[in-house]
Amino acid sequence: MAKSNEPIWWSLFSAGGVVAAFFLPITMILTGFAVPAELISENGLYDLLHHWLTRVYLFLMISLPLFHWAHRFRFAVADLGLKDKSGMLPVAVYLAAIVGTILALVFLIRL
Amino acid sequence: MDQPAAEKSKEYIRPLPGNWWMKKKAYSLFMLRELTCVFVGGYALYLLILVARATDQAAFNAMVNSPGIIVLHVIALPMVIYHSITWINLTPKVLIIWRGEERVSSTLIAAVHHAGWIVLSIVIFVIVRAIAGT
Amino acid sequence: MAASDTETDKTVTLEVFRFQPEENDEEHHFDRYEVPYHEDWVVLDALNHIKDEIDGTLSYRWSCRMGVCGSCGMMVNGEAKLTCAAFLRDYYPEPIRVEPLDYFPVIRDLVINMDGFMEKLGEVKAWLIPKEERDVSQGEYRQSPAELAHYKQYSMCINCMLCYSACPVFAHNPDFVGPAAIALAQRYNLDSRDGAADERAEVVFSEEGIWGCTFVGECSKVCPKNVDPAGAIQQAKVTATMDWYRNIVPFGTRKSTETESQ
Repeated sequence: MAKSNEPIWWSLFSAGGVVAAFFLPITMILTGFAVPAELISENGLYDLLHHWLTRVYLFLMISLPLFHWAHRFRFAVADLGLKDKSGMLPVAVYLAAIVGTILALVFLIRL
Repeated sequence: MDQPAAEKSKEYIRPLPGNWWMKKKAYSLFMLRELTCVFVGGYALYLLILVARATDQAAFNAMVNSPGIIVLHVIALPMVIYHSITWINLTPKVLIIWRGEERVSSTLIAAVHHAGWIVLSIVIFVIVRAIAGT
Repeated sequence: MAASDTETDKTVTLEVFRFQPEENDEEHHFDRYEVPYHEDWVVLDALNHIKDEIDGTLSYRWSCRMGVCGSCGMMVNGEAKLTCAAFLRDYYPEPIRVEPLDYFPVIRDLVINMDGFMEKLGEVKAWLIPKEERDVSQGEYRQSPAELAHYKQYSMCINCMLCYSACPVFAHNPDFVGPAAIALAQRYNLDSRDGAADERAEVVFSEEGIWGCTFVGECSKVCPKNVDPAGAIQQAKVTATMDWYRNIVPFGTRKSTETESQ
């Protein structure tokens, strides 16, 4: 047994959890229901999305929840009793979150 | 007075059933709570795709108005809200605040965070509606 | 040693897990016993009645019969309980199933092998390692009520291991250090007199320690002494994380975990 490096993933998981808990529901309502319910216009939403503040917000809403999913999913799989003999599951999920973060950065910058 | 060491008897190991989490309500709720992360991650992925499409207004509009997307939102929203509720309820166990010899009440910490979550959601909604409203 | 000697016509059935390696070391079975029902009897009273009057071959651990020694933990109708604290009246008239604590190897009947747990107590160094050596002539360590309050809850652990029987992580991995051992490590880490948080970190802040925990929270629910091991573990995660970030910042204050835990 040795002191683990989990803290990096756990802190990202925690940050993602907080962001998801406080901001995800309202964001979901805005992107999923507000336009069809005619509470906001699709043009308005489109323009809002391009504002730099929204882009920073969206970056955090993409990256941190992805790291939240990655860490929690990896442990949920273990809790379900599914063994990861190869040890590749953590690598796969964190890599996916990192790739998602990079893509988010790219897409949001070129927006 | 040496006695021969007693032979150790064989122990009985009870197998853990694969569906252990279905046996007790608390375990099932735990598993549900953990699997909300799939919907959290799924929505992040949706946002990523939305942002990728947002260079072209037509593609963006198609996505935002698509019935399939709305259905996914309907499924995911309760899951994401369950994440919020359970996450905030667990916050007092992680956020420990001491005032002298007493700990600040768990109920208070959770209540403040729940209130904050609701207020924040309303504020964001009002702002977005003001900027992008019909 | 009946708790009450009043006559009673009422009985309750106990279905008791039996594993007798001297007869059959491959399979377990259940024996059904009809025991007298008394309002004030606990499951332990029923077990003692079985042993004294019906079947002397039944093996189980018990001692204080008042919830402080931690010896009599068993599964009662699938829930981890101290049998000295599980009243028959809460189950009567339904039969009561008594089994050994979950997720531990069974030595015989209701007796489980707790060697693993005892080893873990040693590995986490669940004892006071003072910050500085003190001579007797220097007098006692002084500790304020506020300093005591920081760890007091975690000092209430009676090592009954009900928390391990509620923990799915331990169920999957017997090497998981587990709720009680980590709560006890925290009891010392948070004690103002102690100086060994760094020493304990090798075991406590490892993958088999706090990082194996997925905060199911059942351990705290079954704890008969309200130790809240789940809370202790999450607190340790925060401490370990802050400690980790501090140590990777170059030229940052390399504070040890112990000052953080004050």
